[in-house]
Amino acid sequence: MNSLSLIPALPLVSAVLLMIGSARLSKRVVAIFGVGSVGLSALIVASVAQDFLTTGEVQTATLWAWISVANFTPGIAFYIDGLTVVMMSVITGVGFLIHLYSVEFMESDESFARYFSYMNLFVAAMLLLVMADNLLLLYLGWEGVGVCSYLLVGFWYRDPNNGAAARKAFVVTRIGDTAMALGLFLLFTELGTLQIQPLMAAANVQWSGGGTLPVLATALLLGGAVGKSAQLPLHTWLPDAMAGPTPVSALIHAATMVTAGVYLIARTHELFLLAPATMQAIAWLGVATVLLAAFAALAQNDIKRILAYSTISQIGYMFLALGVGAFSAGIFHLMTHAFFKALLFLGAGAVIHCLHHEHNIFKMGGLRTRLPVVFASFLIGSAALAALPFTSGFYSKDSILLAAWALPDIGPILWAGGLLGALITAIYSFRLVFIVFFGEANTEPDKQVGWKIAVPLMVLCVLAAFGGWIGQPLSEVFPATADFHNVAHSVEYIGIAIPLIGLLIAYLVFLGGQLSVSKLTDSSLGKALQNFWRDGWRLDALYHNLLVRPFTGLARLCRNEPVDIFYNSIVSFLRWSHRGLVSLQTGELRWYATTMVFGLLLLVAIMLRNAS
Amino acid sequence: MSLAILIGILLVGGLLALLADRWGDGTPRWVSLVTIGVALVYLLTTVADTAPEYFNTTAAIGSDWITYLKLDWIPRFGISFELAMDGLSLLLVILTLLLGLIAVSSSWSEIDFKQGLFQANLLWTLAGVTGVFLAMDLFLFFLFWEVMLIPMYLLIAIWGHENKAYAAMKFFIFTQFSGLLMLLSIVVLAWQASLTNGSYSYSYFDLLGTTLNSNLEFWVMLGFFLAFTVKLPGFPFHTWLPDAHTQAPTAGSVLLAGILLKTGAYGLLRFAIPLFPEASMNFAPIAMSLGAAGVIYGAVLAFAQTDFKRLVAYSSVSHMGFVLLGLYAWNNIALQGAIMQMVAHGVSTAALFMMAGAIQHRLHTRDMRRMGGLWHDAPRMGACALFFAVASLGLPGLGNFVAEFLVLLGLFAVNPWITAIAALGMIGAAIYALWMMQLAFQGKPEELREFGDFGSREMATMATMMIILVCLGMYPQPVLDLAQPVLDSLQKLTPNIEAVVALTQVGVMDQ
Repeated sequence: MNSLSLIPALPLVSAVLLMIGSARLSKRVVAIFGVGSVGLSALIVASVAQDFLTTGEVQTATLWAWISVANFTPGIAFYIDGLTVVMMSVITGVGFLIHLYSVEFMESDESFARYFSYMNLFVAAMLLLVMADNLLLLYLGWEGVGVCSYLLVGFWYRDPNNGAAARKAFVVTRIGDTAMALGLFLLFTELGTLQIQPLMAAANVQWSGGGTLPVLATALLLGGAVGKSAQLPLHTWLPDAMAGPTPVSALIHAATMVTAGVYLIARTHELFLLAPATMQAIAWLGVATVLLAAFAALAQNDIKRILAYSTISQIGYMFLALGVGAFSAGIFHLMTHAFFKALLFLGAGAVIHCLHHEHNIFKMGGLRTRLPVVFASFLIGSAALAALPFTSGFYSKDSILLAAWALPDIGPILWAGGLLGALITAIYSFRLVFIVFFGEANTEPDKQVGWKIAVPLMVLCVLAAFGGWIGQPLSEVFPATADFHNVAHSVEYIGIAIPLIGLLIAYLVFLGGQLSVSKLTDSSLGKALQNFWRDGWRLDALYHNLLVRPFTGLARLCRNEPVDIFYNSIVSFLRWSHRGLVSLQTGELRWYATTMVFGLLLLVAIMLRNAS
Repeated sequence: MSLAILIGILLVGGLLALLADRWGDGTPRWVSLVTIGVALVYLLTTVADTAPEYFNTTAAIGSDWITYLKLDWIPRFGISFELAMDGLSLLLVILTLLLGLIAVSSSWSEIDFKQGLFQANLLWTLAGVTGVFLAMDLFLFFLFWEVMLIPMYLLIAIWGHENKAYAAMKFFIFTQFSGLLMLLSIVVLAWQASLTNGSYSYSYFDLLGTTLNSNLEFWVMLGFFLAFTVKLPGFPFHTWLPDAHTQAPTAGSVLLAGILLKTGAYGLLRFAIPLFPEASMNFAPIAMSLGAAGVIYGAVLAFAQTDFKRLVAYSSVSHMGFVLLGLYAWNNIALQGAIMQMVAHGVSTAALFMMAGAIQHRLHTRDMRRMGGLWHDAPRMGACALFFAVASLGLPGLGNFVAEFLVLLGLFAVNPWITAIAALGMIGAAIYALWMMQLAFQGKPEELREFGDFGSREMATMATMMIILVCLGMYPQPVLDLAQPVLDSLQKLTPNIEAVVALTQVGVMDQ
């Protein structure tokens, strides 16, 4: 066992132990196992990262040969480069903080051990996903995190709505996963390996840029990425996934799992570079998702749904970055987003925790003085989300927008779309802050946060504020991006100004009251639009009519086994002939005599006819 | 001789179990358990003695059988008592005995009358199945094929649930009728071979490579194909399965799903395709379409069910569709997937049926609408159900995933379009498996319900199966290595097929 394998093994072993011993272990022991395993992992990751930063060498490790059939030989093997180091750090670092936070948040839950077991399992699977040196092992992690997401969304299983949300999350992402599996089949059939680095090398040799095969293969992989990362058109599961405990939303549905699609594309970026058509599709999907989700976020009243749509929207920015070839910027935004979105979700969780499980922002208000730590977190988190200057979100979003601008032809359109998204983002982020933390108090908090909640919040505050200055060791992983220095300064200034304008609008509307939107929202069109956005552009209803109802209809139609109609008709025929023959056997002598006579007559008639 | 003794142990054990009824109610199940245990130990020691050479050689077929036995039986017609075991048979016999143990465990407290007869039938079914996996004389093969049918029929007809007579009869007629078609095919094949060889023989080794005119070959092949596909069961010959499973006692379902279905897959792999390579390959597109149809159809119907056992039965139809796909894709990767599916599905479905039996034993219903919230009453049971549900939907890391992935991966090179359709089954599986979890285990628990969790016997059985599935999922190599020499030799037997496969590769993938 080398230390690399310990990184996923620790949380995995802890998950299994907690599952087996759930009934017998005290909460204290559970917490030590649950948090400690992730903490230890984080420490090992830190030392691996330290090694990597000093030597800059890619580390690999093969634990065992997983499957070996003909030329298909994937191993349980790790490949650790700069990208993996970034991902591992985010997963274990943010993961540790969220586990610590959970100890207090889930304190009174009867299924405390089950919760930590699932959470540990998730961390293990997510680590496998990013450490895998081949796409099959990546797929294992990929499906593993999917199952953990299912388990945690449906954690409170007594409410059937939670179960429905959990199933929706799993099935919708499975649709993408199936496309991805087909992509793996295609890649292996054509290139003869699923090991990521040799695969990309083989693709560069065997495939010409822009050919059908690279486009088809990357489009199938994109299917998987779109599902997991909740992008159009498979994003509909994420808002519902908020049914899970809030720390779960922070870890899985904001900071880590939902960014797996971004990681997948970045990890296999050489394939995508061979498929410009797919790249362009990613960029367009990204911008479309940014805008769609941002408008939807604007109309939500549930604090977690606002953040959920915001997550969809922010991952849209990452897709935009990938689509324009700015992979480093995309991963940079992945990291900063993990910081500030985890912070916001944990903050939201603290609000919900202290406010008798209240989710509606209009029933909150005035919490600025009542929950000061949470207020500070929200302020910093929202500033970073809105990309106000010098926060972490500012640096990452800025570099994405500049990269989009620098793209020839469609660049400025993508840039403008992203910019509009940034404006809306600033408005909805501060709408949330102003409504929840300012104004009149509608509900009094019944408790204060303890240190296990406060410490993670404060650490994440620092990261969200200053995370923009963390350098990422990605220069060896991705090709150098275009030089932005010749971009006109006006473009940069616009990028800086837009979030501030958004902040101003939010202030004028939701706090100062100088601007009133009630006229707008009270008009029938405004109301309709608001409802339309609140329902997520009614895509759920569309899918329900287009996919769910035909499927359930088909199932209902076939329930009683239509194939049996055929076999039953054979049975019916035999029964019918049986009855016919039986009815001839009456047991009456007269009937037998008569039939005999008629039979003889018939025979004689036939013989005479043949004789003549 | 060792193979005959193996079957003998099971037959005699059955007799003993029957007699043991006189010594008290609990005795037969112990007899059963000991018998299977003895058989398993005997098998493993025999293999340990003779197998090392087998695994060290890479020689061609004929020389690399682990053990081989041939005794004259009816020499006048060239019928002999011919048994042989290679890696594939070994794998399946181990699976048979293992699931036999699990079946005994699942019937432990469920069967409350005629226990001796029950255990006897159980053991005789195992004997029949073991014979099927070992027989190399086609006539003897047919004999065992029928031998496993009758005790199974009795298991359903005597110890089954409310509609047992109908289900047992349906099961019997489907398999018996298709079995007769196979008998006809066997006789025609032997007769045709005798025309060229000059003497009658029913031996597999003599019949391999028999050339028939292509029209006749097709019909003879079809006889085999129907018998095996009914047993598999492949769409649209599967309709006996949901009824048989629903009505069978738990142990019957475990045997049925775990091993009887595998005899169909084994027959296709060992006999139907190698004996008639050309006809099979011409037929492959139809067989693969049936496989894909089964995958989808089974998944849709599984979702539509409200009866726990019926749901699992339809999921079997879906999973066995993958076997059909893998076998007719006939390349190394897909075949390994099909074999892995036989093993993994055997274990995971047996576990789900055991789950269904345990619930029925406690709640006296299989209707999932009357369950709900069972996790609250029985968290251990819920965790087990969850494990086997995600195994069933093909979660990576468990055996079923390795199987399905290999099948689809191998199939993709042969026919990407059918692969894409069959892959939709992965979505379908997620829908029905999670729906089952929702209906039975999640939701609001009913108050005032007495529902005992799994005890230590049940947990031990479940844990065994979980460990097997995890091993198959994370380190499947031993199973793959066991099957590989068999596949090599089978594929050598059918050189024509690879040529045909190469031709059928769909052009769209060429750039």
